[in-house]
Amino acid sequence: MKNDPKKLLRYTPSERANHWLTAILFFLAALSGLSFFEPLYYPLTMLFAGGVWTRIIHPFLGVAMLISFAVMYAHFRQFNVMTPSDREWLSHVREMAGGDDRNMPEAGKFNGGQKLLFWLMTISMALLLLSGIVIWRAYFSPLFPLWLIRFSAVVHAAFGAIMIGLLLFHIYAAIWTKESIEAMLYGRVRRAWAKQHHPAWFREITGGGK
Amino acid sequence: MALQSLDITRRSATSTQPPDRRKTQEVVKLIDVSKCIGCKACQAACMEWNDTRDVIGANHGVLDNPMDLTAASWTVMRYSEVETDRGLEWLIRKDGCMHCSDPGCLKACPAPGAIVQYSNGIVDFHEESCIGCGYCIAGCPFNIPRLSKKDSKVYKCTLCSDRVAVGLEPACAKTCPTGAIVFGTKEDMYHHAEGRISDLKSRGFAKAGIYDAPGVGGTHVMYVLQHADKPELYHGLVKDPDISPLVSLWKGVAKPLVTMAFGAGILGAVMHYVTKGPNEVSEEIEKEFKDEK
Ligand code: HEM
Ligand code: SF4
Repeated sequence: MKNDPKKLLRYTPSERANHWLTAILFFLAALSGLSFFEPLYYPLTMLFAGGVWTRIIHPFLGVAMLISFAVMYAHFRQFNVMTPSDREWLSHVREMAGGDDRNMPEAGKFNGGQKLLFWLMTISMALLLLSGIVIWRAYFSPLFPLWLIRFSAVVHAAFGAIMIGLLLFHIYAAIWTKESIEAMLYGRVRRAWAKQHHPAWFREITGGGK
Repeated sequence: MALQSLDITRRSATSTQPPDRRKTQEVVKLIDVSKCIGCKACQAACMEWNDTRDVIGANHGVLDNPMDLTAASWTVMRYSEVETDRGLEWLIRKDGCMHCSDPGCLKACPAPGAIVQYSNGIVDFHEESCIGCGYCIAGCPFNIPRLSKKDSKVYKCTLCSDRVAVGLEPACAKTCPTGAIVFGTKEDMYHHAEGRISDLKSRGFAKAGIYDAPGVGGTHVMYVLQHADKPELYHGLVKDPDISPLVSLWKGVAKPLVTMAFGAGILGAVMHYVTKGPNEVSEEIEKEFKDEK
């Protein structure tokens, strides 16, 4: 990436590092977790040195991801407050997906879809932590009644699946919206890109100019 | 232990049929609670045959010893003093794995082959494939499997599958001095139980009956109870046990649904991309910023 002073800074180096660390830890937690979910995915344990090791390290990977996610949450929460315009954006999301953005209200640093995803991931992460502790047999399960362990197993499997679904969506949205992966990799975006995808943010940081 | 590796009806976390071309006879261990004198010979025989040695515990002022099943104590005698219409009664139940026809442990287990069910009905743990997650403990309706602190594998009664495989009866049945534990084909054991129940009825136990848990498809360890209408009297023996609906949801319908949803989602994304195309900066905006590249 050539350093072009006209480009706009979207993500600072620490934001990018935090994002990609969370992404790596998410992949490790999700692939190891999936292997217990259903026999079809059991071969994934081979990526983690076998079944026993996978069972041992999955919860630690989950907690590591949670910590990285929590840092990201604390930092990005301020940019993800839902506004009436975001709700309006969400109500037109079908047109957007169909390739017609004429009716879309102007998005700020993040659009309504990104904000919704942020909150859904936060909720999933919290529920995964709580339920994960209850089913963590080596250290915590003996502290809880059987009905709660069974209930937590269902919650953990369900939100594990939901979280993976959300992330698949997140990844697709990044592939679909050209240049957004570069934004998270290198930090800067073209002014045209900013005006196209996040017009309100573009105006805010350029003062309306070109 | 897998002495009967050709007679496997079900195998944990396995969606294809394990080898079970041959058919063996279904076996049952019948425990007649009314005949048990609580001598614990079966407990000792179990330790001896399976070569397990529990840590020496403390005396809690009751006969129960150890106080609970452990990874080294696969059967324990449960002593209950209860008041019934016949006055004070001392009920002694030999607790341990019931070898369900529809085993909740096997359903919950994520490790292929860690739990198997032989065609004779015995449910056996293969510790060498166990990953120590403890899901079987959550799946079991009878609170039986115990996770060992030493090797993080689960252990429970094997119904002496190694003895049964070579035509012997389980060690506990072999040793019981009063004949309270008998072992044989399912059919014979039902027949034997009927005789015991009519005898108990003739002696005033109107509610005597068999406990074989139809909710889990029947069990391969059955009790003859003096008060079959109140199994809870016997140290909280579960009335009408079944696989929890939560466990069925978790390790049943959820599995194919989630996989299909993932597949549909990924396919949907590919189709969206190739039919609608990417979301790029429009021509007008590109023109506006054409000095920048
Ligand atoms: C927040 C911290 C987390 C903790 C403490 C945790 C803990 C656990 C534990 C203890 C298990 C049982 C297997 C084992 O003992 O290793 C498990 C299973 C699982 N975890 Fe996690 N986990 C966490 C995060 C995650 C994340 C981020 C995902 C993926 C999105 C995930 C997905 C799964 C799945 C799919 C299973 C299998 C559930 C089933 O058996 O159906 N977990 N987790
Ligand atoms: S602890 Fe072992 S036997 Fe029990 S469910 Fe987990 S892998 Fe299966």
